[in-house]
Amino acid sequence: MREYLRYALTIALKDLAIEWRTKTAFASGLAFAILVLAVLFFSRDPTAVASRDIAPGALWVTFTFAAMLGLNRAFFLESEERALDAVLLTGIPRSAIFWGKFLGNLAFVGAIEAVSLPLFVLFYDIVVWPYLPSLVLVIAMATVAFVAIGTILSAMVVRTRYAELMLPLLLLPFLVPPLVGGVQLTARLLDGRPLSDYLGWLRLIGAFDLAFVTLAAVLFGVVLDE
Amino acid sequence: MMTMDRAERMARVGGAITLLALVGVIGVYVRALAFTPVERFQGLAQKIYYVHVPNAWAALLAFVVTGLLSILYLWLKDRRIDLAAAASAEVGMAFAVVMMTTGPIWGKPIWGTWWTWDARLTSTLFLFLLFVGYLVLRGVMTDPGVRGRFCAVIGIMALVLVPFIHMTVYLFRTLHPQPILLKPSAPSLPGAMLVTLLTSIFVFTVLYVGFTTQRYALAVMRELRAEEAANAA
Repeated sequence: MREYLRYALTIALKDLAIEWRTKTAFASGLAFAILVLAVLFFSRDPTAVASRDIAPGALWVTFTFAAMLGLNRAFFLESEERALDAVLLTGIPRSAIFWGKFLGNLAFVGAIEAVSLPLFVLFYDIVVWPYLPSLVLVIAMATVAFVAIGTILSAMVVRTRYAELMLPLLLLPFLVPPLVGGVQLTARLLDGRPLSDYLGWLRLIGAFDLAFVTLAAVLFGVVLDE
Repeated sequence: MMTMDRAERMARVGGAITLLALVGVIGVYVRALAFTPVERFQGLAQKIYYVHVPNAWAALLAFVVTGLLSILYLWLKDRRIDLAAAASAEVGMAFAVVMMTTGPIWGKPIWGTWWTWDARLTSTLFLFLLFVGYLVLRGVMTDPGVRGRFCAVIGIMALVLVPFIHMTVYLFRTLHPQPILLKPSAPSLPGAMLVTLLTSIFVFTVLYVGFTTQRYALAVMRELRAEEAANAA
């Protein structure tokens, strides 16, 4: 078990080390997030719609797009010079590779979210302190779903033509439940209502996380089979 | 793989089933228009219900079959199962298109709008797009083994996604008529209407079987041709 965890961590740290050296994906992901936040701010009639009314949607669209950008990159690293073959040759169990990739992606997407959330608060003039822990919980739950599904799908699309086109096409339908849940809960939180009033949405996202993290971990071996 | 003769025979059987179902569809239309009472509040617009619901049923059935065949494929690794899953997905798309065109035609007079971002409409749209993705993925992959595995993964994940989308429907404010057939209490539809609806659902299920059988036979024939060509070269 400890061996297994060590393998997973090694894979995650390898990906993060590559990212740390170049910082290309992080920098572009962040710049992209800021762009989306800014563009969405102007996607309304300012005399009729307050920026706060579109804020929950803007936040989640930004997270979705930024996550997609990061996930697209996750397996391109491995396709260059057939690096994945080398990883497979090490004999690390397939599922440990999944957990490694999952953790690496989670750290990457989480980092982009952690930086874009304060920017969102700044741009949309939101008072966030009273419900920050609840908001972070909701974001964390939805992000787990985004990353689990994104990890397995990016491992697949990287082996197709038009990979950049295929990932959003396949990924977005799967993000509907966590995305809708995230927007709904964020809107309620911004209205100052407590999270405990909306256990239904929390349960939905929680169950979704459980189902799709398990499914992705199980099916990942099938994807990597040669 | 089967022989060319068997595939051709299968295509003919599929054709016969389809023909039978098409006759049934005509029968259902006649019954729905001439021999089923007009709904009191919606008037004639409600008639589209006998097309919309069975098509939605057939589309959903097709997608569920694709999901189940995907599981079976990963288990048994038989190429024919992959071809059948793909056939079912493609036929499901056709039914889904009918469902998504008849819906707005009904919605305009009854809701006063062609499209609304109601939860069920939205989630059906996403399910539809998911299967577009499934079929596009089939198209951009060349290795049949890898294609089969990847598509099976999508099929299985889609199967798990459907109930979640359904739950999203219930939590989100919804405009779509609530289920009147598949619900815990007894169906709340008058007898004559219920008979027409159930007949229509049956007929469209047969149509689905006919289409899928033909599509599957065609896929097998195409594979056989490709094999022949490869052997000849």
